[in-house]
Amino acid sequence: MTALDLPVRTHPDERVLAGDADNHRRRRRRREYGLFALLVAPNLIVIAVFAYWPIIYNAFLSLTDWNMIAARPTFVGLANYTRTLSDPAFHKTLWITIVFTGLIVVGSLVIGLALAFLFNLPLKGRGAVRTMAFAPHVLSGAAVATIWAFMFDPGYGLLRALIEPLGAEPPDWMNSSDWALPGLVIVYLWKNVGFAALIYLAGLQGLPKDLDEAAAIDGANTWTRFWAIKLPLLAPITFFLLITTVIGTFQAFDVIAVMTGGGPGDATTTLSWSIYNEGFKAFNAGRAATLSIIMFVILLVVTTVQARVMERRVHYR
Amino acid sequence: MKARAIQYVVLVGVAAVFLGPLYWLISTTVKQPTEIYQWPPSWWPDHFTWENFKLAWEAAPFDRFFLNSTITTVLGTLLKVTNAVLTAYAFAYLRFPFKKVLFFGVLGAMMVPGHVTLLPNYLTVATLGWINTYAGLIIPGIGSAFATFLMRQHFLTLPTEVTDAAAVDGAGHLRTLWRVVLPMSRPMLVTVVVITAVEEWNNFVWPLIVTNSASMRTLPIGLLILKTEEGVASWGTIMAGTLMMLAPMLVIFLIAQRYIVGGLTQGALKG
Repeated sequence: MTALDLPVRTHPDERVLAGDADNHRRRRRRREYGLFALLVAPNLIVIAVFAYWPIIYNAFLSLTDWNMIAARPTFVGLANYTRTLSDPAFHKTLWITIVFTGLIVVGSLVIGLALAFLFNLPLKGRGAVRTMAFAPHVLSGAAVATIWAFMFDPGYGLLRALIEPLGAEPPDWMNSSDWALPGLVIVYLWKNVGFAALIYLAGLQGLPKDLDEAAAIDGANTWTRFWAIKLPLLAPITFFLLITTVIGTFQAFDVIAVMTGGGPGDATTTLSWSIYNEGFKAFNAGRAATLSIIMFVILLVVTTVQARVMERRVHYR
Repeated sequence: MKARAIQYVVLVGVAAVFLGPLYWLISTTVKQPTEIYQWPPSWWPDHFTWENFKLAWEAAPFDRFFLNSTITTVLGTLLKVTNAVLTAYAFAYLRFPFKKVLFFGVLGAMMVPGHVTLLPNYLTVATLGWINTYAGLIIPGIGSAFATFLMRQHFLTLPTEVTDAAAVDGAGHLRTLWRVVLPMSRPMLVTVVVITAVEEWNNFVWPLIVTNSASMRTLPIGLLILKTEEGVASWGTIMAGTLMMLAPMLVIFLIAQRYIVGGLTQGALKG
């Protein structure tokens, strides 16, 4: 107990003043709360209505059968899920989505890393080439798809001029069920490897030099240093790119819409295309909502894994 | 020495891969049809012509597409960035009960893939009577999670003495934001504006489903219509339309490149 803890006798006037200050503080706090609410409300309302509500709405619609014209949806329970999950067409869609995503992820990471190493060499003009490689990333997917539709034109496209000299017959890319999907992968890689390269380059330039130098002095060659030192140190960046590429590719739409429209047949019908197709061409709200929920769950698992791994990295570092 | 030479060859090859399609696009737009449809292809246009641009401009209401794209991009960016800045300021400088929970609510929106929200949002917009309107095109996209996060993180790095000093001087919060915090955050603000504008300009699937008349279509949808209508018989016209759509973004990219690069790498390295 010290003197400071003892109650202090105050003059009645002072007590009034203290109450005034209290009131004042309370009023100021209330004003601050009000201002906070005012500032965040527009954003929070839009987020609630157009990001969170759709999940609930989808969950509800997925339990119904609705052509979006009838006055109200008919409740069908889990019928949409059982039908979708046992539908061979859905299995094919899922398989195409996985192949498409897998090729783009592996392609982006491998080519992106290779480009990053190239851009990290002391070469003249590397900055300009890095800009060229990155530019397609900010260009409209619709425009990029249109350019490549012409590139792929079997009669007058630029690719014919590159393939024919090799002695091969150029395929009719977008009209061939064998070549349409690889064609789309090429376009997405062209559009996105520059981004992966840029992120990897930033990572490479941020690597601690001492480890690499020590290994070099110990006689480790370039190849060993790449596998044993650089690649493991770049793992967090690889992981980030992996997740963002998976999420982006799952939702790939513009290039598919412009180049193939999911075809020929269903050769390029990915999950994202089939959500659009069911919802806005077949007007089958229940089916589209079911596919949306399936996509949401898949991507939620992916992002949760990411959050977990990131957390561990932060905690145990 | 030999290794260096090989490295330069690879570098030139990479440049060709990324420039090739763009060169092909631009050279086609100024070629005459006979030159576009010849084999082997001509690498340099024999007779320059602006005819393709005229044809593209007449084939579809491109003036209208331009106007719609500009309105949605400018308004959409303005509203979204305003949302981001105001929300970020509130979370960085003001007190509020359950502020942490609310902030997780904002960040959680990043976990919702946009493609999953298409159908419900279309139905919501239809209920609001916004189909085929600018409100329908713009409003659903102005909620901001990532930009809010970037701005808040940046605000937290600003020295508190400055904002405290402003408060002592009797400046209100909005004044502090406008006069002190924003001027100190200019590079981050430019980054957020440019990245948002590029996204809005390139946006494809939402304008596709929420508009249904040529007078409300934006450029990416206009391009899809042009390509579908013209088919493979008029690549000159189609390429001209493509270049008209790309040109503004290419210019913005070349001017603001370092801001775009800065913003994107920051997202990756902090994550």
